[in-house]
Amino acid sequence: MLASIGQFLLILSLTTAVVLMLLPMIGYYKNNDSLMRTGRPLAYLLFVLVFSTFAILVSLFVLQDFSVTYVWQHSSLALPLRYRITATWGAHEGSVLMWITVQALWIAAVARYSRSLSLSQISRVLSVLGIIATGFIAFVLFASNPFEITNPAPLDGRDLNPLLQDFGMIIHPPLLYFGYVGMSVAFSLAVAALIGGQIDEKWIRWSRRWTNLAWAFLTIGIILGSWWAYYELGWGGWWFWDPVENASFLPWLAGTALIHVQAVSERKNAFRGWTVLLAIIAFSLCVLGTFLVRSGSITSVHSFAADPFRGIFILVLLAIYAGGALTLYALRVNQLKSKDAINLESKETMLLGNSLVFITATFTILLGTLFPMIFEAMGKKISVGSPYFGLMFFLIMIPMAVLLPLGAQMKWHKDKMSSAVKALLPHFFIAGLLTVLAYFAFDGLNLRATAGVFGGFWIASTSIMQIIKFPGKPNAGFIGMSVAHLGVAVFLFGMSMTEHKDVEKDLLLKPGQTTQVAGYDFTFNGVTSIQIENYRAQQGSILVSQDGQPLVELHPQKRHYPKQQQPMTEADIYPGFTKDIYVSLGEQINDKGDWAVRIYIKPFIRWMWFGGLMMMAGALIALFNKRNKRLEQQQVDQVMKERLKLS
Amino acid sequence: MTPTRKKRLMMVLMVAVGVGIATGIFLTAFKDNMMYFKSPSEVSQQNYPVNRSFRLGGMVKESSMRRIPDSLKVQFEVTDFAASVLVEYEGILPDLFREGQGVVTIGKMQNDQLFVAEEVLAKHDENYMPPEAAAALEAAKPKYKNTNKESN
Repeated sequence: MLASIGQFLLILSLTTAVVLMLLPMIGYYKNNDSLMRTGRPLAYLLFVLVFSTFAILVSLFVLQDFSVTYVWQHSSLALPLRYRITATWGAHEGSVLMWITVQALWIAAVARYSRSLSLSQISRVLSVLGIIATGFIAFVLFASNPFEITNPAPLDGRDLNPLLQDFGMIIHPPLLYFGYVGMSVAFSLAVAALIGGQIDEKWIRWSRRWTNLAWAFLTIGIILGSWWAYYELGWGGWWFWDPVENASFLPWLAGTALIHVQAVSERKNAFRGWTVLLAIIAFSLCVLGTFLVRSGSITSVHSFAADPFRGIFILVLLAIYAGGALTLYALRVNQLKSKDAINLESKETMLLGNSLVFITATFTILLGTLFPMIFEAMGKKISVGSPYFGLMFFLIMIPMAVLLPLGAQMKWHKDKMSSAVKALLPHFFIAGLLTVLAYFAFDGLNLRATAGVFGGFWIASTSIMQIIKFPGKPNAGFIGMSVAHLGVAVFLFGMSMTEHKDVEKDLLLKPGQTTQVAGYDFTFNGVTSIQIENYRAQQGSILVSQDGQPLVELHPQKRHYPKQQQPMTEADIYPGFTKDIYVSLGEQINDKGDWAVRIYIKPFIRWMWFGGLMMMAGALIALFNKRNKRLEQQQVDQVMKERLKLS
Repeated sequence: MTPTRKKRLMMVLMVAVGVGIATGIFLTAFKDNMMYFKSPSEVSQQNYPVNRSFRLGGMVKESSMRRIPDSLKVQFEVTDFAASVLVEYEGILPDLFREGQGVVTIGKMQNDQLFVAEEVLAKHDENYMPPEAAAALEAAKPKYKNTNKESN
């Protein structure tokens, strides 16, 4: 019954999305105000409908309605309530339903917070967002319907994948989707501007804030994913260059290029075409990522059961969105010619350089991700190992780290490269000195780690100098930028140390045996069986001590969920400011109680995620720029005045 | 040549050199890290890269797993039902590793009998196979269809 209502609401949502796609756009072309005015109410209606649909799916899980196929496949009577709720987005159908729910929320937010846009502008934007919503709601309805019914209903469900029965599942997917789908706003703004044939600085200023917000969500989403993989997959990795991880990283890279170029195009009539193109690329990569994840065409930890129809459906959507936007771009690009001259020695040039670096990184990683598919089409099966990605990314990030302080240092409009270099030069030596100190403090570092640590110090030292020397009271834009750049420094330092100074040991431990790893003593005190909530676990007890002083007792688990045949490894971690101690259980080797145990020492791993959090915080702080607010108020006043004049 | 032209020519040359270096690095990195996927049948026909890592995938043969006492060393056979390859691995096997289930291993042939794996992947759940392993079984199907009943 409830499922039928859900199904009905989904159809209503699709209808509303189609109307939202058509009416305001027709209004725009016919210059009909009342048609254009339908945009905002339709956007709110769409949100209410899609959100109710989503709420119904959640209720079906909470109420354990196993007559719904999707529910019995991913829930069970024993599943605790909190995981029944998160199970909603635990598999394909529910997660695309969440995709459209999040998109509907973005659309409603755009409708609500767009007072500074004229009616013709907002109606185009909402209409383009309607096009995207139509495609994805149709995808849910025709290719991934979560409301399908099983008859007769099974008495119990198949249970949720144990890996997903975790706190990370509550926050990682929603936040990642907010970022992912948020890129559709930047895309719609770009396309709407192309339709109108002109982009002014008000337009870019407005879209810049939305892009910043989406980028902040994308950043936190990726960070949470990395942190989750680290503790939940049980094997201590934080980034695998897995196709699905790349799928979220690619829009992030393009988005990073975009927010930096927007800083220029907002101030000057320059790089406007490039801004639009980057917005199109960023969202197209989001759709491509959705294709990679949903089609199951590439081996990945995230793959759900493969379904070619779904893959083709998304590929068609990608062709329509990216193809349509690029065609429009090709037709209109002449009208976006830069009017303002750009000096070679200026911040503008540096920011252009930044976007080129990030786009190069995007395409290098894209190639590595797609090559296996291309080869497969030629009948050969290959895969691209993570060393490829690691090396390429490292090489591309060298110019990024070298140029970042220079870009932040250079003045707008016209500056002298030599004076910027002169201001930064002392910090080059400070960073060098600190790197030498770090080199000896950590018993030597390899080439990549040395470069990474140097990059971290170099960016940190120059950013701090720029904050101290800032003339007058720093504005939110500058503070945001500095916080984000310091985040890059913290990230680089953490990543370099974690990658090159970690210790990994697979050991065979007998009960009572003590073994030494990286200066710590690990005493294995055997394994006991325990019963918790909906699973049974074998829990190991490992005492960690240093210089004879007990430090912590860790309890890694091997969990067995009754509905699942395979066990699950739950690591136990002793987190710390400068290092994590990470222990997980392999398997029992013999009947004497000997176990395979993996022990990790992960230096500075938390710095990496903290750096990411700082980048996100920076993007959020920049939203509160007073200059933006003042300019926006002027715009609102102007729109109001025009409206009064018309009536 | 006028100075502007000279400047422009220099720019073009620098960009060309830059792009050349970048392409070179890209191709080297790519070539070094590109891994072929081979099925047990292909390996048994000596069709595999020598002294180079590749991915070997198929099913873990039933009751083929053997543990070397007092170590984390294990040996098992990977099969596509037409041929099998002996695999040795030292370390902790993934949770989803099971006899009679799909697996992908990464490593080198030590000699034409033994594959030494550095990594063992079994990223499927009970009703899902790694696509590569599934494809290997599919490819070998005509060879064993007559003698074996459908096992999957």
